[in-house]
Amino acid sequence: MIHSLFLVNASGDIFLEKHWKSVVSRSVCDYFFEAQERATEPENVPPVIPTPHHYLISVLRHRIYFVAVIQSEVPPLFVIEFLHRVVDTFQDYFGVCTEAAIKDNVVVVYELLEEMLDNGFPLATESNILKELIKPPTILRTMVNTITGSTNVGEQLPTGQLSVVPWRRTGVKYTNNEAYFDVVEEIDAIIDKSGSTITAEIQGVIDACVKLTGMPDLTLSFMNPRLLDDVSFHPCVRFKRWEAERILSFIPPDGNFRLLSYHVSSQNLVAIPVYVKHNITFREGSSQGRFDLTLGPKQTMGKAVESVLVSSQLPRGVLNANLNPSQGTYTFDPVTKLLSWDVGKINPQKLPSLKGTMSLQAGASKPDENPTINIQFKIQQMAISGLKVNRLDMYGEKYKPFKGIKYMTKAGKSVLQRMHIVNCK
Amino acid sequence: MSASSAFNDEKGGSSSVGEPEYGHDPASGGIFSSDYKRHDDLKEMLDSNKDSLKLEAMKRIVAMIARGKNASDLFPAVVKNVACKNIEVKKLVYVYLVRYAEEQQDLALLSISTFQRGLKDPNQLIRASALRVLSSIRVTIIVPIMMLAIKEAASDMSPYVRKTAAHAIPKLYSLDPEQKDQLIEVIEKLLADKTTLVAGSVVMAFEEVCPERIDLIHKNYRKLCNLLIDVEEWGQVVIINMLTRYARTQFLNPNINGGGGEKTFYGSDEDEDEDEEEKEKKPYVMDPDHRLLLRNTKPLLQSRNAAVVMAVAQLYFHLAPKAEVALLILFEMISTLYTCGMFEPYLKSFYIRSTDPTQIKVLKLEVLTNLANETNISTILREFQTYIKSMDKDFVAATIQAIGRCATNIGEVRDTCLNGLVQLLSNRDELVVAESVVVIKKLLQMQPEKHSDIIKHMAKLTDNIQVPMARASILWLIGEYCEHVPKIAPDVLRKMAKSFTNEEDIVKLQIINLAAKLYLTNSKQTKLLTQYVLNLAKYDQNYDIRDRARFIRQLIVPTEKSGALSKYAKKLFLALKPAPVLESPFKDRDHFQLGSLSHLLNAKAGGYQELPDWPEAAPDPSVRNVEVKESVRAVGTVTYRDTGALWGPQKMEGSEESDSASGSESGSGSEESGSGSESEESEEGSESEEEEEEEEEKDKKKKKKELKKPVPETESLVTDLEGLSLSDSVLSPATIAPSSVLKNYELLHRITGEGLSVEYCFSRQPFSPDANMVAVQMQFTNSATSDTKNLHMEDVKLQSGMRVKEFPEIGEREPEDIQCTAMAVMGIDFCDSTQAANFQLCTHTRKFFVSIQPPVGELMRPIFLTENEFKKEQGQLMGMNEITEKLTLDAKCRNEHAIVQRVTTAANLSRVPCGSDKECRFAGRTVTSSSLVLVTVATKEEGAAQLTVNCEKMVIGTMLVKDILLALTQ
Repeated sequence: MIHSLFLVNASGDIFLEKHWKSVVSRSVCDYFFEAQERATEPENVPPVIPTPHHYLISVLRHRIYFVAVIQSEVPPLFVIEFLHRVVDTFQDYFGVCTEAAIKDNVVVVYELLEEMLDNGFPLATESNILKELIKPPTILRTMVNTITGSTNVGEQLPTGQLSVVPWRRTGVKYTNNEAYFDVVEEIDAIIDKSGSTITAEIQGVIDACVKLTGMPDLTLSFMNPRLLDDVSFHPCVRFKRWEAERILSFIPPDGNFRLLSYHVSSQNLVAIPVYVKHNITFREGSSQGRFDLTLGPKQTMGKAVESVLVSSQLPRGVLNANLNPSQGTYTFDPVTKLLSWDVGKINPQKLPSLKGTMSLQAGASKPDENPTINIQFKIQQMAISGLKVNRLDMYGEKYKPFKGIKYMTKAGKSVLQRMHIVNCK
Repeated sequence: MSASSAFNDEKGGSSSVGEPEYGHDPASGGIFSSDYKRHDDLKEMLDSNKDSLKLEAMKRIVAMIARGKNASDLFPAVVKNVACKNIEVKKLVYVYLVRYAEEQQDLALLSISTFQRGLKDPNQLIRASALRVLSSIRVTIIVPIMMLAIKEAASDMSPYVRKTAAHAIPKLYSLDPEQKDQLIEVIEKLLADKTTLVAGSVVMAFEEVCPERIDLIHKNYRKLCNLLIDVEEWGQVVIINMLTRYARTQFLNPNINGGGGEKTFYGSDEDEDEDEEEKEKKPYVMDPDHRLLLRNTKPLLQSRNAAVVMAVAQLYFHLAPKAEVALLILFEMISTLYTCGMFEPYLKSFYIRSTDPTQIKVLKLEVLTNLANETNISTILREFQTYIKSMDKDFVAATIQAIGRCATNIGEVRDTCLNGLVQLLSNRDELVVAESVVVIKKLLQMQPEKHSDIIKHMAKLTDNIQVPMARASILWLIGEYCEHVPKIAPDVLRKMAKSFTNEEDIVKLQIINLAAKLYLTNSKQTKLLTQYVLNLAKYDQNYDIRDRARFIRQLIVPTEKSGALSKYAKKLFLALKPAPVLESPFKDRDHFQLGSLSHLLNAKAGGYQELPDWPEAAPDPSVRNVEVKESVRAVGTVTYRDTGALWGPQKMEGSEESDSASGSESGSGSEESGSGSESEESEEGSESEEEEEEEEEKDKKKKKKELKKPVPETESLVTDLEGLSLSDSVLSPATIAPSSVLKNYELLHRITGEGLSVEYCFSRQPFSPDANMVAVQMQFTNSATSDTKNLHMEDVKLQSGMRVKEFPEIGEREPEDIQCTAMAVMGIDFCDSTQAANFQLCTHTRKFFVSIQPPVGELMRPIFLTENEFKKEQGQLMGMNEITEKLTLDAKCRNEHAIVQRVTTAANLSRVPCGSDKECRFAGRTVTSSSLVLVTVATKEEGAAQLTVNCEKMVIGTMLVKDILLALTQ
């Protein structure tokens, strides 16, 4: 399956390589660099690159390319999904997954990769199992190890490896038993120039942090489970129970994990909590254009809209922008033509606005492309789909855990408002 | 820390790649001598006695390997440490060995004996990793050793080691393909393995070594289908892909006679009735095994792993009746599915965002185009209009092409599209205009007569448009339809003749074409122009153009020499050309298996397995039948974990049962691992009454449900599993202790209980809520005429330290249920003593004092030990902890099988493998304190035997000796 893995940083250096079968020369990456050069944006590098003898499958995460080399037929998603799991594991171990972190922990990284794949086929990818085999590096442990000479490597087969619940290690003990669930919903939407929603969808996840002693069996029920129409579960969730009763019943892994991700489709009406009014005009015969942007909240159930960030790629003809925000700060990059306005919190009494003029390049024709505005925001204590957790119960253990549930809504990758530029004669 | 410092030492050159690195690196130096020196200090460290120094050195070496530097000259120094006691050093040495063994084969052989020793280690992790490294060393000389090791490991007790063996098979195969036959034997053996852990890996090996031996799958097909849900996700992908291929060879095409009908028939059992109807109507009957596969893979669509979802999607695409494919799956290569209208509701999901990367944009566009039909075309076109204003010009071009394709596919909108495209012709961006011209050309070709004004409009554009492709297209259009624009055409040619020398080649060729066509239709006006153009072309630099000019001159200008062809010149040039079909660039991919690499690349990748066509007639389905094995095999010889796999299907099929928390015996996963733990769980959890109450309430409801019709429920479970070889073992959860072994004790007699009788047995199942408790299974039978309500426990009296997990209250029972029995499971922590637990059993009217006293044999749970481990542990439990008794065996109990049976009945122990047939060994741990209990029965001549019990807890030991003596002598 996976022959080798190369880690390539943003400047095109291979800073780590690992081979599971015969060594593949790092010159195979030249094909990758070629494709990288051809791509205008870093994300535009094709995920699968055929070369005469190998195939390169890559993912870009945290500005690092993870390039897997394979030689024969394998489902590409299999490799991509595995690479993402590798990144998640690194992040789990080192807190961040940066080039520096990987280089500093190169031995742990190597040990991890060795455990995760055998002969190119995934062996152990559950974080709980890996953590028993190779303990995550902490400053304290490193110090203890240097003094006592003990190691970071487990000597026993992790208990999870053989059980039917491989995601949970046994013998877990906590003095404070806690279970926290974060319901995070991200909206992706396209809004047309008049302000009506063309398409909107919600991607939601429930991330959990469970620190419970022993072998607890949890059930989580929702007030309105019918909302969720496309769900995918952590393997711990009992599928049949969900089918029959719409209840999540599971033995949780220890620590942080993603319990559920779901999708609320455009069929259910999704209300976008923010609206944008815009007015961009260019007048014939003048190199100046007027720019006027106003933001406002809508349907937020009284919750404040925070961390609002508006960004837009202005037409190429725009030379500079001279704008005046009523709050927050704005920047305009004359090279990339990227306008971004950090609004902060929206005050419904006094709506934030950004007004001013744009100057066009001398002699340039009036722009005829329509730019889009991308809006970022956050709303605490609200799930925009209306999803509510009804209750969380624990079976199997005697103690009473501390339970907490938090809701948050934020803009996904793209809440896009299409703009319309008016060219007046 | 040490690792980071190791890295910093060498950081000097990390900014550059490859070779130059050496030059900049202060540590390595550019000169060989200093390079040599640096390795010298590493060698010194490796040779030292201190583990910490060795570790430090190994870490630095691994960091070097990670950066792709050559560390091969350290091989002899490193290989010496392969037997190092420090496990981390050992692991790093393994990493090094695997990397360099291929280059230094002779030296690598030095390490082999260490691995061979490791293969016999009592620790399963060490056995497994020894096998992993041994099989990863690509040295041909050791092939026989590897073969032997794999064979041995394939029958190892630990499923983890067996998994590693499965992984080793493809490694050996790639090293020496001649071993194939032997390897297939091992694969066959491992395929029969029942654990989920092994399943994925062995199928992977099967796919790599012998994908053509489909016959090996027959016997394991149903088992694989049933285990699938519990296999780890990577294994699932491989198994699903393999089963897709298998199903294609073994089952009939469900779509062959009119498709699979309108009904979907996977999923819940409610559909079953509808199914029957359907079957009657149609001659095609789906093989139950085919359905089993479809039904068991469906839940995996909910997997978090995209690869699994994709695998299931392709399985449905290739195997399911068309009506069943209507599942929502958003995946990249959707474009192949354009025959089905099933994605229409999800149209808007494919609307393009300006933040998408270009390749995704293009794919989405593809999808939108394929989904377009009469009803939704107007929305799609409106959406396309916004795209045209996008700033990404490549994307705009792709959009225009998409509009062209929509226009060709849907006749109604052709005019609208054409008008829209014509408007684009006045766009300021040249690329957009050019692309539109090309598309318009193709569209016009379909119905030229109607659109002469568009052609005229385009003729005007020749003055402005500079993009060669567009100019060429316009010229071709004018030439082709010169009869529709008789006045303009010669004028265009005149202009072109003027600029001929400055045009691009492709435009020049079209100018010649235009000239030729005009000459043939309107020679009066254009004769001179044509000759002028041909003359220019005659001296062109490009030989294609010179050739074309020469050819055309001969063909169209009549001379005496010109042959018969010139008569047909007009026919040749102005023949009606078929309109082009605008096709998706993603066409023609459907012959590859969906979701495969080959499919993505549209080229066959190495190792791609063709998806076979459906067979004409179904092969014999009986090959998949498996004889039901007797549970004899299970006695003592099965590892405890073996049951793990068997729980899997139950989790699926009987969810209600498995999920009734703290309730019935099948808490599936939780118990399983709970029992496997070394049980260091906290003894006391802070009890909270409130919590308890809530729990109770919930349970009440659930119990009620269960009680209402417990019998039919189990029945449906049985029917569900019918035909599966597994069903037996699944339903009797007593692989270790066959159900006959379980002894029933009476808790409440029918007469004292006034119609209510209660029996209990020690189910020998791990008790999921608390691994320190012994599970007691109670069976309530109500034979009275009045109904019994609110069965619950009260007033529990225990010795100090003991704890009880009460069974949830059993609620009201309707009079008609009077005869039915109810089951409940409670847990008691006996603190490793045989003291009785006393409590009151209460109904809504009466209370009964009862007590449960465990036989000593039930206070333990079986563990698995190897012979070596057993001997080692026994060696530590000598002296006071050892009790030996001589006995004469009962006449019926002189063979090994009977002895094993009797001992395991008397005590909940598992058998330890043993070399000699004169000895039977058993091992277990006490439930509460996890103290080891080891039992040995050595047989001698004429029924004489010696019983040895080694146990830390002497009281338990003595009592156990008594019990086993009794069991063996009576």
